[in-house]
Amino acid sequence: MDTFIQLTLSGLSNGMVYALVAVGFVVVFKASDVINFAQGEFLMFGAYLCFAFIAQFGLPWSLSVVLAVAGCAGLGLLVERLVLRPLIGEPVISMIMATIGLSSVMKALVNGIWGPRPRAFPSFLPEGNIEIGGAVLGLDRVLVVVVAGLLLFVLQWFFKTTREGIAMRAIADDNQAALSMGISIRRVLAVAWALAAVTAALGGMMLANMVGVGQEVSHVGLRVFPVVILGGLDSIPGAIVGGAIIGLLEQYTGGYIGHGLNMIVPFLVLILVLMIRPYGLFGKRIIERV
Amino acid sequence: MDSANRPALAKSLRRLLSVNNIEVLYEDVILVLKGLSLTVREGSICALLGTNGAGKSTTLKAISGLLRTERGAVSDGTIDFCGERIDELAADDIVRRGIFQVMEGRRVFEHLNVEDNLRAGGYTRPRGTSLARDLERVYSYFPKLRERQEQQAGYLSGGEQQMLAIGRALMAAPKLLLLDEPSLGLAPLLVQEIFAIVRRINEEEGTTILLVEQNAHLALEVAEHAMIMEGGRVVLEGSADELRNNADVKEFYLGVTQGGERKSYRDIKHYKRRKRWLS
Ligand SMILES: Nc1ncnc2c1ncn2[C@@H]1O[C@H](COP(=O)(O)OP(=O)(O)OP(=O)(O)O)[C@@H](O)[C@H]1O
Ligand SMILES: [Mg+2]
Repeated sequence: MDTFIQLTLSGLSNGMVYALVAVGFVVVFKASDVINFAQGEFLMFGAYLCFAFIAQFGLPWSLSVVLAVAGCAGLGLLVERLVLRPLIGEPVISMIMATIGLSSVMKALVNGIWGPRPRAFPSFLPEGNIEIGGAVLGLDRVLVVVVAGLLLFVLQWFFKTTREGIAMRAIADDNQAALSMGISIRRVLAVAWALAAVTAALGGMMLANMVGVGQEVSHVGLRVFPVVILGGLDSIPGAIVGGAIIGLLEQYTGGYIGHGLNMIVPFLVLILVLMIRPYGLFGKRIIERV
Repeated sequence: MDSANRPALAKSLRRLLSVNNIEVLYEDVILVLKGLSLTVREGSICALLGTNGAGKSTTLKAISGLLRTERGAVSDGTIDFCGERIDELAADDIVRRGIFQVMEGRRVFEHLNVEDNLRAGGYTRPRGTSLARDLERVYSYFPKLRERQEQQAGYLSGGEQQMLAIGRALMAAPKLLLLDEPSLGLAPLLVQEIFAIVRRINEEEGTTILLVEQNAHLALEVAEHAMIMEGGRVVLEGSADELRNNADVKEFYLGVTQGGERKSYRDIKHYKRRKRWLS
């Protein structure tokens, strides 16, 4: 029983991180139809940046988090400006290829600066444990669930009520109509990339607290696909459920069936779900009126 | 949008918009507008009439700058708005200067609810503008939209969607409203209702309106001035009364022959091929 509770907590904490990163991925996709294959690398970069500020420059963790987020937001804006904006008007596939190139460049950069070996992350979340129903749970994981949940809540508020949030949803729906009301597609794209980089950086730092920093952190970028497809591309509650399902499946298969399988099972479930519900669990239907 | 308590704006003689001899090319080769000129006076309702493919929508998109999203460009001539050239500005700049196009086919944001559609329309309003007051104003023109505030726009009826499209434009408080076939696909009664509101917007908000229509009867009822386009040019223009009494217009656009009885649409189409104002 306590194994089950522990696996559940691990699954949920990873799952919330996946959900957060997935939202950043979806924002770019909806604004521009671009599948961002560099999302996992942004996450890795954010984690390493935070690591460098704390462990190499000796800054306090709170300042380091702020700097890493700001650094990643800047990087996101820079990438949008230098790599993607020149490709506006070209076929979407060329932008997608550009993100693949970007992911290699970022990997090489991280490798060059910090080397290939994983590093111990100077964890700043409290180390302690709490006991629930006989299970000993890491306080850091509990906190990750809370913090990521809070961030997702803020994002939900952003999309529902702010001017830029509504503009982003409008562009996703009909970008020419959005342009006709003065919504600037360039500006929305810039916001989307900044948001993608920031969610990735935050996710990366939380993950690093739990498992350390290494280049395999970037594999979370691949986890985003089943999360997004399960959750549908439209809603934050969808992303949360998608993230939780994938996170939990990974932990349960890893814990009960065997390590190694946990990388595969999420994709198997994904295929099953898509066979039954091609829009994903929460996806929006295409509205057809006669 | 503070004009509610003001008396209707006196119609001035000032030219708000002038399109001077423009040429429009799609894909760098397809010439659609061939030296089109028109002017719109401040405070007026102007109708732009013409058959399918005459270039009416293209004209509106040239003015609003949306042409560029369809690989089109103004390759010659100029467009002036409030005395300044706008033909080289980006579409979002043009909206900020006060021109708002309601595109053909309504184009509501289907997955957003009614209120969010309206809020999107107010995107260019200066920070600090009370969107709540603007929403209230739109709802006073279109009470049906208030009832459907929370509903996804994709599930509204065609008439409600057209109201939403116009309401969205009102949120931006434009000086010049470009309406592209607001009657498209709507029942006659509903069309009457929408046109009555268009006239009210013109009177109460002081918004100048350039109205594209295929339904010449209706358009000539609401507009003071009208232009008829054919083959990428304006071939005839005048006051609505003049055009209503013009023999050619009667025959080809109003479907009335010399005897006064209405002809069937089929006949008109048949004639149209042979007789042209310019060729
Ligand atoms: N994006 C485009 N690329 C190429 N040609 C186009 C494009 N849009 C319109 N055209 C052509 O330009 C001409 C005028 O089109 P436009 O849409 O302006 O006509 P319209 O007067 O609005 O007609 P309708 O009453 O059917 O809406 C048509 O012959 C059309 O085929
Ligand atoms: Mg048209």
